Amino acid sequence: MTQKKKPLFLSWLQLRKERARLLVAIAGISFADVLMFLQMGFRGALFSSAVEFHHSLNGEIVMLSSRSRSLISLDRFTERRLYQAAGVTGVASVSPIYLNTIQWRNLDNKEIWEIYAIGINPEHQVLNIPGVEANREQLRQPDTALFNLGSRQEFGAIAQQFKAGETIITEIDERQVQIRGLFKLSPTFGINAYLITSDINFLRMADFRQGGLIDVGVIKLNPGADVEAVLAEMRSRLPDDVKVMTREDYATAEVAFWNASTPVGYTFDLGVVIAFIVGAVIVYQILYSDVTDHLPEYATLKAMGFRDRYLLMVVFQESVILAILGFIPGTAIALGIYRITNLATMLPMAMDLGRIVFVLILTILMSSFSAAMAMRKLQAADPADIF
Amino acid sequence: MNPSDSMGYAAPTHPTNSPTPPPPHSLSMYPAISIRQLNHYYGHGPLKKQVLFNINLDINRGEIIILTGPSGSGKTTLLTLMGGLRSVQAGNLSILGQELLHATKEQMTLARRNIGFIFQAHNLLNFLTAYQNVEMALEIQDITAAEADTRIRTVLSAVGLEHRIDYYPSGLSGGQKQRVAIARALVSQPKIILADEPTAALDKKSGRDVVEIMENLARKQGCTILLVTHDNRILDLADRIIYMEDGSLVSRSDVAAIAQ
Ligand SMILES: Nc1ncnc2c1ncn2[C@@H]1O[C@H](COP(=O)(O)OP(=O)(O)OP(=O)(O)O)[C@@H](O)[C@H]1O
Ligand SMILES: [Mg+2]
Repeated sequence: MTQKKKPLFLSWLQLRKERARLLVAIAGISFADVLMFLQMGFRGALFSSAVEFHHSLNGEIVMLSSRSRSLISLDRFTERRLYQAAGVTGVASVSPIYLNTIQWRNLDNKEIWEIYAIGINPEHQVLNIPGVEANREQLRQPDTALFNLGSRQEFGAIAQQFKAGETIITEIDERQVQIRGLFKLSPTFGINAYLITSDINFLRMADFRQGGLIDVGVIKLNPGADVEAVLAEMRSRLPDDVKVMTREDYATAEVAFWNASTPVGYTFDLGVVIAFIVGAVIVYQILYSDVTDHLPEYATLKAMGFRDRYLLMVVFQESVILAILGFIPGTAIALGIYRITNLATMLPMAMDLGRIVFVLILTILMSSFSAAMAMRKLQAADPADIF
Repeated sequence: MNPSDSMGYAAPTHPTNSPTPPPPHSLSMYPAISIRQLNHYYGHGPLKKQVLFNINLDINRGEIIILTGPSGSGKTTLLTLMGGLRSVQAGNLSILGQELLHATKEQMTLARRNIGFIFQAHNLLNFLTAYQNVEMALEIQDITAAEADTRIRTVLSAVGLEHRIDYYPSGLSGGQKQRVAIARALVSQPKIILADEPTAALDKKSGRDVVEIMENLARKQGCTILLVTHDNRILDLADRIIYMEDGSLVSRSDVAAIAQ
């Protein structure tokens, strides 16, 4: 047999011998990974849920009051601006949307909750949300609405009762309103649940709102129209009490609002950094004491003719092994917590491959950074000292 | 990584009966160890202290030498210099023909691969079994898996540990650990063995056993041994005894006589 001798897997043999230390290291890294995943999960859920409404708009261009900043910081404008914009070449159709929070009474316990009502023209396809398209025309009936499938339990078991075929008459601002269908739109950090109704019904439920003063205008273009040219033309024609932008820019501005005007994004980013540092400190502690304990043995290896490089590789390998062993349970636990959070809050906590790879890279960076710090201790292994 | 490059792995353990004489630079031309006017100092500035004074010594291949002398006389210092564990400061010291004065760190590392060290403390890796500890010495050799396995098992039986192959050091007695250390030093068939008080931590009986095992194996492999000891009971195992006092080698007829 001429097969070369397989090298001893020294790093693993060394880690394996100290069971307790290995478990502490794995637990520490898993903990750091779970923290990172949760921070990123909340951050992702925050931003993806915040713009679900924006992405559902059936139009390339969106019109807003120039003072509107976010779905939770709106201002009204006259719908005449929207009809002015309809005159620009390239525009196929325009449609107004009313938005307001209104009082919803939970029929089971009579509690009042704020719900975010969306009023649309039932003759237009305004929102690309499956449940809405299927039931839109039912909203022509007075005092009807569609209810949010993803809303929290505080609003009552509406979805379950509806699916069971019950007729649901609920109370909104003292009016009896019948739920005619369900749609799915995730709650956000600012909005607990949505209700979709017709513009006429909206103005009845929110009787403090004035017809003709709208919150969002959706502008659909002819196929092949040049979006930038249409926008430029609108901007030149319209007074500056309104602004127009692409649907994508509208979503981007919403995310920017959450990032800049609320501490939420920053808080989660800081959480990731802290988790990284906690993990790095744990791995450093473990590797440092591991190297210190084995210093005489490392000196012996140097005396036997092993290069420093060999020992550096052993410590580096230890760090990568710890990173991977901690990452696997960390990811599994994070997936479980995502699921639980999703069920409890309806926030769209979703894992994606990019995030898994990103956290794995962070974990390996964290461990090898700690290994690099611990390796400085290796210099203390002097082969002349072992006699 | 390849041990057969500059330092040569063709051990003189298999006597060549080839008709052609060895090439001029063959290792066998050189004595195992050759020392000329070696001085050594510890410390710097006002604390500088000379511990070795004008040492001259030649050790031939296959010789078994015992180095003895009072505590603090400089035996360990000389041994670490010969083993390439400490840099030579002044004078010449060559191991198997390689000069260690001004040797680079890499040259010293490679030189150490031709030497088997046996320490006072066994210095085994406590997270490896007896087998794996011996195997470690073969990590830096170019060797096939089958050959490695045969050698490890052979050398472990030679030191009488064939039944303790998969034991960790924590499960072995002091004498057994020292025997694993000897197996580890010998398995790579080094040309020189340097041992510093290998029996110090052992009782009388196992101390002598350990040295006898070492001597037998080394004689079979034609390996040179330099052994530092205070233990008078093993002086008779040496071909030659060297006596050191206050950093100088001195000739003493009384100790030399024991070896005859
Ligand atoms: N690292 C060091 N730094 C400074 N002085 C040292 C160092 N190592 C040894 N010495 C000194 O050098 C002298 C020689 O020490 P060395 O260890 O070589 O003696 P030794 O003959 O091996 O003694 P022993 O029989 O006790 O092992 C002693 O005086 C010792 O104190
Ligand atoms: Mg000594």
